[in-house]
Amino acid sequence: MVSFAFLAAAVIAVVFACIAIAHRSPVINVMSLVVVFFAMAAVFAILGMDFLAAIQIIVYSGAILVLFLFVIMLLNIQSVERLGSGRRFQALLGTLVALAIGAAIVLAVCMLMPETGAVLAGAEGRGTVVPIGRALLTTHLFAFEFITLLLVAAIVGAVYLARKEPQ
Amino acid sequence: MNPIEIPHTWVLMLSAILFVIGIVGVLLRRNGIAIFLSLEIMLNSANLVFVAFAMLFASQPGMTAAAVSGQIFVFFVIGVAAAEAAVGLALFIALHRLNESIDVDRVNILRW
Repeated sequence: MVSFAFLAAAVIAVVFACIAIAHRSPVINVMSLVVVFFAMAAVFAILGMDFLAAIQIIVYSGAILVLFLFVIMLLNIQSVERLGSGRRFQALLGTLVALAIGAAIVLAVCMLMPETGAVLAGAEGRGTVVPIGRALLTTHLFAFEFITLLLVAAIVGAVYLARKEPQ
Repeated sequence: MNPIEIPHTWVLMLSAILFVIGIVGVLLRRNGIAIFLSLEIMLNSANLVFVAFAMLFASQPGMTAAAVSGQIFVFFVIGVAAAEAAVGLALFIALHRLNESIDVDRVNILRW
């Protein structure tokens, strides 16, 4: 039952990821990426990581993709290009490289992972907020503070880059 | 809660498929925003690997700290992705103001 739910979420994620990269309309790209991120959040939740599922939806679907939609609206992009509509050779080479990297990853997974019945077992309390919050504010406090600094720097940099050039 | 019968190789395979889709998007699209979306797919597939190994460690005794660290790494990756998206999209706005297009084939102001 649980593995069926996982497979369903995985199929949804893969199908909509293909739409997200292949469709020529930027708005449809972003909207199908929202579906991909919801499917990924479902995978996280199935694996027992409630906190990650929540921030996946809140931060990715709620913040980052809305930012993408705003930029598409601001720039009024009417894309006419399709996947690989540029140079034929470039498209062929890109597909080959992607398939080679994919084959390398699959090969590495198959070779490095012993099939010793390594099954992801769920248990209560593992992915919930309490251990994560405790670790964030003790072990990883320094990194946690620095990511706030990074976000502030990113906001300032974004405003600076996107501002109108003074004449 | 009963043990979940999902082999962790399944999660790794899903992550590999999504990563390859992201690579195809980055290499084949010419629209800057679409390239960015493909990058987000690739970041997400990396997160999936972190989650898979966090679950694997969590099922072993004495490795709970490693499992929590895996999830915290995903948290930081999402934070960095947010910062990267903000700066990148600002770059594309500036580029569009300069070029009237975000086609990456038409960006050559640093070439000569």
